[in-house]
Amino acid sequence: MSVDATPMLRPPAAESDLVGELRTIRMVWERELIRFVRTRTRILTGFIQPILFLLVLGYGMSGLVGETAGFDFKKFVFPGIVAMSVVTTAIFSAISIVWDREFGFLREMLVAPTSRASIAIGKTAGGATVAVLQGTLMLVLAPLVGVHLTVGVVLGVIGIELLMATALTAFGVFVASRIEKMESFQVVMQLVLFPMLFLSGALFPLNGLPGWLNVLTHLNPLTYAVAPLRQVVFSAQDMPAAARARFPSQVELFGHVLPIGADLAIVAAFAVLFVALAIRGLSRTR
Amino acid sequence: MAALGQAATTVATASRAGRVAVIEVRDLVKRFGDFAAVDDIDFTVEEGEVFAFLGPNGAGKSTTISMLCTLVAPTSGRISVAGHDVVTEPREVRRRIGLVFQESTLDDQLTAEENLRFHAVLYRVPSEEVEARIDRVLALVDLGDRRGDLVSEFSGGMARRLEIARALLHVPRVLFLDEPTVGLDPQTRALMWEDVLRLRDEAGITVFLTTHYMDEAEYADRIAIIDHGRIVALDSPAALKGAIGADAVDLRTTDDGAAAAALRADGYKVESGADGIEVFVENGEDQVPALIEAAGVPVNHVHVHRPTLDDVFLHYTGREIREGGGDRPSAMMRARMGGRR
Repeated sequence: MSVDATPMLRPPAAESDLVGELRTIRMVWERELIRFVRTRTRILTGFIQPILFLLVLGYGMSGLVGETAGFDFKKFVFPGIVAMSVVTTAIFSAISIVWDREFGFLREMLVAPTSRASIAIGKTAGGATVAVLQGTLMLVLAPLVGVHLTVGVVLGVIGIELLMATALTAFGVFVASRIEKMESFQVVMQLVLFPMLFLSGALFPLNGLPGWLNVLTHLNPLTYAVAPLRQVVFSAQDMPAAARARFPSQVELFGHVLPIGADLAIVAAFAVLFVALAIRGLSRTR
Repeated sequence: MAALGQAATTVATASRAGRVAVIEVRDLVKRFGDFAAVDDIDFTVEEGEVFAFLGPNGAGKSTTISMLCTLVAPTSGRISVAGHDVVTEPREVRRRIGLVFQESTLDDQLTAEENLRFHAVLYRVPSEEVEARIDRVLALVDLGDRRGDLVSEFSGGMARRLEIARALLHVPRVLFLDEPTVGLDPQTRALMWEDVLRLRDEAGITVFLTTHYMDEAEYADRIAIIDHGRIVALDSPAALKGAIGADAVDLRTTDDGAAAAALRADGYKVESGADGIEVFVENGEDQVPALIEAAGVPVNHVHVHRPTLDDVFLHYTGREIREGGGDRPSAMMRARMGGRR
């Protein structure tokens, strides 16, 4: 078999570096989406777990907590379940770095003449996109628990999801860049993921916690993402004052009730920090 | 398009002259604590050459190739690849080399084409050229019809060839192959070598490979035998074999140790192998009676043959490479290789 040899001899024309890095980010991002779409079981399990929580917690606790002015625990926990879905998907998207290391593809990326920052950013963007898709998919369950949605609410939810997904995927990428084995990642994530979820206000109101737990909830980045998510969803519900008092949606810090803008600024600050850590982590990886 | 032809001519001329150095290694040392994995080596690889690093596992092959590819920093010494220093300009070097590792680095949940596209972006191949190059590299390794298939459906050999295709996508000046045929069956191994040699012949690419298969090293233009971090011999396969004597005579005796000592005392070049001893002489057949007599102990078995690279390795290291581990290519592979030359 004979193949014309000449085209192989021309070295690639130099391409502007910024364009090259942007193309790298897009490609790494695209790969995450391709892999997400191709592994349908992952989408399914990502959907089933939050539904279970919604059913178990929502219906189980509703009986215990009871209704306040027509508002029940199911409606309270719904935004929390959406947050939970985003967080879980974001963290487990970051896991794919450990997976890539195990199966060698990480090496293909790390030896390339490209900036590690682009790989970290592409990976974070890809994981975050997938997490937002998964979290937004949860909104179809809203009618089931009697939560009313408007276009404004959906857009608001997506925006907040994007912010929290970026922070958490970057956090996951940072952790994954430091971890060599699949098993250790699972352990670390169980030790981080569940406490983070439980101490964020996603699954129960944070008022009335003992002092030391209260400190932990305020150190938890997720706390400041769950609160705005809940406020945006609640804004479209018919909630009398009694229900608002019973089911609080705002974070109090040093005796002040934080406005939604402050919450989001805190999440954004965490996102910037974690993206920086992710870039640094991946840059040091061999 | 005129520049294209011109570039081709330049490279072809240079490789025919065989004087353009693509890899230059000077006083290279790599220490891990007190252990010198690579202990002061020097060599030069010329454009268009197939250059093999041959040695047992742990001899320093992988450490050396990792340093050449900018993945591991040398303790001391200088390495220049494709005109750039690996320590000060690693990115320039990486742009100009293709890497195929021992372990797969493909994403098996992507198709062949998607893996190639990903690589094209990482290596800054201009978008408008990507399509044509994918066609071309897939044709080179005979995978054109598997373009849209998931890599998870590929056999080990196909995946390895796809990796070679991918390593060529950005037109490297040097293709590095680290133990490229480990774990492949003999037919696939032979096919892969057909691909590699075609690349060298048609595209003028320099190939640097490591291997612990003697038969595989036979394909190389030059071989560096590495043992305990040092290069103990460096030459063409024919010259290496020629240097140790015209013929090799294998002897199995009732007491190999005594026979070896007696033959050495008589001035013969003797090596001890796993089963028997080996004597290197001119005109082996004629020498058999004299050797049997000189051995001084009863001889059970005599075999005269031309020296192989196994003999070369034994001669330079005092060991057989098989002791270093790894299986050997089958007789079928040998037959194919015999047909080739």
